[in-house]
Amino acid sequence: MFKRPLYWRRLFSSSLLYGTVFLVCFLWVLPTVGLMVSSFRPPNDIVTSGWWTVFRNPLKIDQYTLENYRRVISSYGLGIAFLNSLTVAIPSTVIPITVAAFAAYAFAWMKFPGRKVFFTLVIAMIVMPLQMALIPVLRLYIQWKLNGTFLGIWLVHTGFGIPLAVYLLYSCISQLPRDLVEAAAMDGASHFQILTSLILPLSMPTIASFAVFQFLWIWNDLLVSLVFLGTSQSVATLTVALSELVGTRGQDWHLLTAGAFVATAVPLMVFFSLQRYFVRGILAGSVK
Amino acid sequence: MDITYRRAIWQWGGSLLLTVVAFFVLRWCFQFIRNDESPRLLAALVALAVGVLGIWLVYWLSNQWISSIPFTSLREALTPLVFIAPAFLLLGTYLLYPALNTIYISFFDARSKNFVGLANYRFVFTDSDVHIAFRNNAMWMVIVTSVAVSAGLLIAVLVNRIRLESIAKSFIFLPMAISAVGASVIWRFVYAWQPPGRPQIGLLNAVVTALGGDPVAWYLYPPWNNLALMAIMIWMVTGFCMTIFSAAVKNVPDELVEAARIDGAKEFQVFFYVTIPYIRGVIITVSTTVLIMVLKVFDIVYVMTRGHYDTQVIANRMYLEMYRFAHFGRGSALAVLLFLAIVPAMIVNLRNLRRVETER
Repeated sequence: MFKRPLYWRRLFSSSLLYGTVFLVCFLWVLPTVGLMVSSFRPPNDIVTSGWWTVFRNPLKIDQYTLENYRRVISSYGLGIAFLNSLTVAIPSTVIPITVAAFAAYAFAWMKFPGRKVFFTLVIAMIVMPLQMALIPVLRLYIQWKLNGTFLGIWLVHTGFGIPLAVYLLYSCISQLPRDLVEAAAMDGASHFQILTSLILPLSMPTIASFAVFQFLWIWNDLLVSLVFLGTSQSVATLTVALSELVGTRGQDWHLLTAGAFVATAVPLMVFFSLQRYFVRGILAGSVK
Repeated sequence: MDITYRRAIWQWGGSLLLTVVAFFVLRWCFQFIRNDESPRLLAALVALAVGVLGIWLVYWLSNQWISSIPFTSLREALTPLVFIAPAFLLLGTYLLYPALNTIYISFFDARSKNFVGLANYRFVFTDSDVHIAFRNNAMWMVIVTSVAVSAGLLIAVLVNRIRLESIAKSFIFLPMAISAVGASVIWRFVYAWQPPGRPQIGLLNAVVTALGGDPVAWYLYPPWNNLALMAIMIWMVTGFCMTIFSAAVKNVPDELVEAARIDGAKEFQVFFYVTIPYIRGVIITVSTTVLIMVLKVFDIVYVMTRGHYDTQVIANRMYLEMYRFAHFGRGSALAVLLFLAIVPAMIVNLRNLRRVETER
């Protein structure tokens, strides 16, 4: 007698719950799905019918094409932009991690005058929005002729990334057992050896989280690339090239959709393959 | 004694040789990368190799130099210097000096030649376009933060109760992986507009016309176009809020929730009187983090409207001052104001972060 209404009520409330969650997820991915589907449709189809019309007959293979990708990658320079993005993002991830690892090690395991003050100074820099640095660094770069070079932007990203990287690596490196480091030093290992063969392997999870965060931050960055690399095709990153494409060919949806998908392919791959590090990294780096 | 000195000299000579070789190799590589006639793929590979290995080479070489010093005390005094000097050089060049310099040149004219006192700030507070930027930033702060935080919290609570939690969460979190430029293109397509009578290719206008309305050019007409841009940001950061809240909600002790239920609290009462007070610290952290992200918003506005049609924001206006108007003084004044707006949020954020961490 009492069980049945409770059972129905539970069923009702849990289906309501699942329904709501499903609806939210559906709405959340819908825009991305639309972009993806459209990027495979011929230009004429895109502007004459909505992308959802393909689902009337989704298996009809001749309504899809790779032509948009071919054009946007070769004729509109997104292929080169892709290379440029890699060239910017990978060293801009490795360099700050290296520099920060050495600094964090020194702060954690070496004694030198002014250690506390220096450390506080580094950490305090986390609050600095990068807008505060744009104009002076740009002027320095014009003087040093580093404007529009990969070396220049690597160093910019390194400089902006160091406070957070030192903070994260310090909190990891300083937690390692003191005996471990001392034992290695007793065996005659130099600081350099202790860092590279002992500390770094042990800190890999933290490094991986920061690396994923930093890599994606740079891959997705528009402002820094725009200011320090510029829009010329030989150096422009994907985000810059794509935003230029929006400016010049704003109604050519076949180019924009394919271009946007090229630009998001790498982050999506990272997201799906390294989800754990990805979430951790984003959470750790969110203040940047 | 004699042997150690001889070894030191050999080591010293070796380091010198290696450094000279490394210098010329790196210089040649950088010239190769810079040369527009180099094949692109090869140049990219060389750049990657130089960027990744170069930094290790620098540290390795300086380590070689240091270890060739025969005096133990000097060597031990110099080692920390080698470890932290690069970090400090970079920090000084890219953050410390620029920040001070920005404040300094915000009191000078366009080309930083003549001292103008507070003129740039006066301009910034009186110019109508900058006013719009201030207004919009304030609107973004209130609307994006409140909507994203409450939506994230709500979704977190819902998602925590279902079986396929992690899949549902990754759907919502996905936009966080995409660049704001990519997200803007995605939403431009959602907002796409065709004249009435033509088939609508934008999702939103298709829905509107299917319901019998007229198609709307969503991101062109104020004041609604601002909301259209904010929706993009909300779409992006809600997943971030949800992820943090989801972990926090799981930390609420079951006894507390059960006790409330036994006392007769309904589900929404449990949510408002138990869950929310318990995770208050986390809510503050998330809100301030989103607030800081919103204050710096640039990409979305740059891609969607370039700040036209009353959608200007501070960061985009600053970019315009740098490039379109070439007025470094006003650009710097805007940067300083942005900084001043961010610092309080940042302090609350960091202080709260520490408290949340120690409570754990």
